[in-house]
Amino acid sequence: MATELVVESINDYKGESHVATTNACKLCTPLGATVAFKGVEGAIPFLHGSQGCATYMRRYIISHFREPMDIASSSLGEKNAIYGGGPNLKKGLLNAMQKYGAKVVGVATTCLTETIGDDVGRILAEFREEFGDLPLAEVVHVSTPSYSGTHMDGFHGAVKALADQLCLEGAPATGRVNLMPGMVSPADIRHLKEIFSAFGVTPTVLPDYSETLDGPALLEYENIPSGGTPLADIRAMGGATASIELGRAITTQETAGTSLESRFGVPLKRLGLPMGIRETDSLFEALKAITGREPSRELSLERGRYIDSLVDGHKYVSGMRAVVYGEEDLVIGLTSFLAEIGVIPVLVATGAKNRNLEAHIRAACGDVLREMPLVRENVDFFDIVEEAGALKPDLLVGHSKGQKAARDWNIPLLRCGFPIHDRFGGQRLLHVGYRGAQSLFDRLVNMVLEKKQTDSDIGYGYL
Amino acid sequence: MTESATATCIERPAIFEERKDQIHRIGDGDFSMACNRDSLAGAVSQRACVFCGSRVVLYPIADALHLVHGPIGCAAYTWDIRGALSSGPELHRLSFSTDLQELDVVFGGEKKLAKALDELIPRYSPKAAFVYSTCIVGLIGDDLGAVCKAASARHGIPVIPVQSEGFKGNKREGYRAACKAMRTLVGTGDIADISPLSVNIMGDFNLAGETWIIKSYLERMGVQVVAGITGDGRVDDIRRAHGAGLNMVQCSGSTQDLARMMKDDFGIPFVRVSWIGIEDVAESLYTVAEHFELKHPELAAGLVARTADLVRDELSILMPKLAEYRRDLEGKRAAVYVGGSFKAFSLVKAFRHLGMEVVIVGSQTGTEEDYRELAAICAPGTIVVDDANPLELSAFIKEKDVDIFVGGVKERPIAFKLGVGFCDHNHERKIALEGFEGMLNFAKEVHASVMSPIWRFVPRRECGRNISDAEV
Repeated sequence: MATELVVESINDYKGESHVATTNACKLCTPLGATVAFKGVEGAIPFLHGSQGCATYMRRYIISHFREPMDIASSSLGEKNAIYGGGPNLKKGLLNAMQKYGAKVVGVATTCLTETIGDDVGRILAEFREEFGDLPLAEVVHVSTPSYSGTHMDGFHGAVKALADQLCLEGAPATGRVNLMPGMVSPADIRHLKEIFSAFGVTPTVLPDYSETLDGPALLEYENIPSGGTPLADIRAMGGATASIELGRAITTQETAGTSLESRFGVPLKRLGLPMGIRETDSLFEALKAITGREPSRELSLERGRYIDSLVDGHKYVSGMRAVVYGEEDLVIGLTSFLAEIGVIPVLVATGAKNRNLEAHIRAACGDVLREMPLVRENVDFFDIVEEAGALKPDLLVGHSKGQKAARDWNIPLLRCGFPIHDRFGGQRLLHVGYRGAQSLFDRLVNMVLEKKQTDSDIGYGYL
Repeated sequence: MTESATATCIERPAIFEERKDQIHRIGDGDFSMACNRDSLAGAVSQRACVFCGSRVVLYPIADALHLVHGPIGCAAYTWDIRGALSSGPELHRLSFSTDLQELDVVFGGEKKLAKALDELIPRYSPKAAFVYSTCIVGLIGDDLGAVCKAASARHGIPVIPVQSEGFKGNKREGYRAACKAMRTLVGTGDIADISPLSVNIMGDFNLAGETWIIKSYLERMGVQVVAGITGDGRVDDIRRAHGAGLNMVQCSGSTQDLARMMKDDFGIPFVRVSWIGIEDVAESLYTVAEHFELKHPELAAGLVARTADLVRDELSILMPKLAEYRRDLEGKRAAVYVGGSFKAFSLVKAFRHLGMEVVIVGSQTGTEEDYRELAAICAPGTIVVDDANPLELSAFIKEKDVDIFVGGVKERPIAFKLGVGFCDHNHERKIALEGFEGMLNFAKEVHASVMSPIWRFVPRRECGRNISDAEV
């Protein structure tokens, strides 16, 4: 019986171009959860698994944000793998609470603990019972087996877990708007908060790591960096006027937004990542509808200036052929941005699967695109390079891991998203809003001009 | 959690009760340290896992296929991660994974692994393939050995299982698994043309071309290098490694097991060396020369004299340049926290040449003996620590008011956040820090960070709270 099933699952692979993954275009599930948990005030991410997972992810995340990224671990060894990781998890939680002073511990599982079958919910119930006499921190847990999904599933799963497990019944009306921005940069989160404020509304951003992962130089080391959404604000999210969730590709999933809507009746507005003009316009329309207010003059001016710059710079980029890769929501936003400025996306690729990416792209910018790009899900960089080679791209758009392809083809790479491991300031890259579009457009045009100037024998002084 | 409980948490000591015996202050009672212990749950250890240990050792073998059998993370986080250079093929810079999915976990990943090998080996024509086991593979019970053996028969190259299930210990176990994997290659190549005056460079990974620096010294002395294990590593070199007259082992943890096996199985002696600093580099070269002069008096005649010439030449270039840096750096203080303890020793000595004192020293994987020796060469008051975590490191940095921290990328943000200089001495470095020229680069690195004007703007200086001033 089992043998037959094995054969069946092998047959599944035949539908794919290959079995081995070469240079993955995704990360493992728990990584996303650790980033999300960093966005809660006083929280420490905690990986229930072997020590290496926490260390590898810390290193990977630190190399992007250039900030401390402490992830506690239950540091399971061989005995724990046989007898269960419960005792280590409990001990680790106590240590994280007592030594780090965590107000929230965000526990994410790993492939190890998912496979040995640790029932984290039960272990946590036991923990609360055993140590009920102590002033325990909140513990939120999310199931993130690394063999299922990508880091984005881990991220959204953790955000949903926070909402499910922390939001309280009967929260009084707060007049706030909940914002689930997805895995955007700290600079993006700051700008989104500014936009909401400009409409006269305070957002409760879940998660908000704009300070915890992009903080100031300090006199005293903070065991847990300042910033993050306060626990009290999260508990009160059920009393918000509305929720806005960004990212078109998550719209078929149960999320923090759907949880808040079904449990507390908070109306949910789901939008694409606000990248480029029209996706940003949608956010502004939504905020207008929620608040009944017009955007501030300053923000309207940003839109106007951006459009003015498109007029000034459109010929530099018009007709360029771009390969876009990365997280599903980000590539939809990027494709929409590129379509609007006259760059032709020829291939849009993500490591995630079953995201209905093509339909989302069509919905976001199908009417602007002269023709749809090739859209590929569940691919790695081997596929992307193989497919893109024939498309003769002259621009790559995505995170740092495309640099080898860009180098091989001698074309520019517009670095966006996560991770930025080979350039400076990844945490400060702005993608969203008219201001984010302006930043992307300026960077892109300058990359094109720089290449033109460097490659030219003449070295024109005016370009 | 109540507000009062939150408040009480502010006054927490940085050191975990369970870790007290992994920290020693020199001069503070008799020396005693507990080491090689499992990391404490809930502490943010700077350590990694068994897989990491294996991956780090085998990584630089540039013409081998390195296939990680497991979910995607383990391969994604080790993709092109190190500055280990190759003079030829660069297959080691790609990341290969079986990317196990839920169904594979339920029904086993053996067939997927076999198919992945069948796909990758013809695509890249590697000289050998290493197949790394991860946590999940240890649990679902895939017979890695059998799959590898069959693939080896199908493709006519060694396909070698690396038993590196992450949870089965710490990095050291991973080193051992890597050594066992390499041992299967050693002894399978032709050694007819190898000189008796020959060595393997072990425990050096050719970061930023460091193996090439060492190799050039040895060649100038007249000593043949058979294999870099694993710096600029090649499968065929490792197959011939048993032809070398001597194994020079740096980074004691990572390749000493292989050196021991080669001693037992082929009678090749090994010496421990370090290519960092000045004394240690010179001493390592002299050790080799003396070994061969003693063993092959005729063949190696003049070897020690040639080595002395080389060291003199190199120092005559290096020392005047170092003196310039030393003028600025005299009296500054350093913290050293590295993976292996050999490096800590060498760095303590190297800093002395810059007029600097190491006041905090530690490693992830040192032994009690290592720490005892470290304590013997450092000044009273120096903190010696095993398997530290960010809380401890930040507390020590503040207490000792250091000017620079030497460590890896995980320690960098701790130092930077507190406004302390930093020198990356780990596997991701892009600047050669070994050999005599590496010492000069090291001085440049330290100088560039310590002497930057930016430190006057960081809060600990800006607020006038310079602890060292207060002490004076």
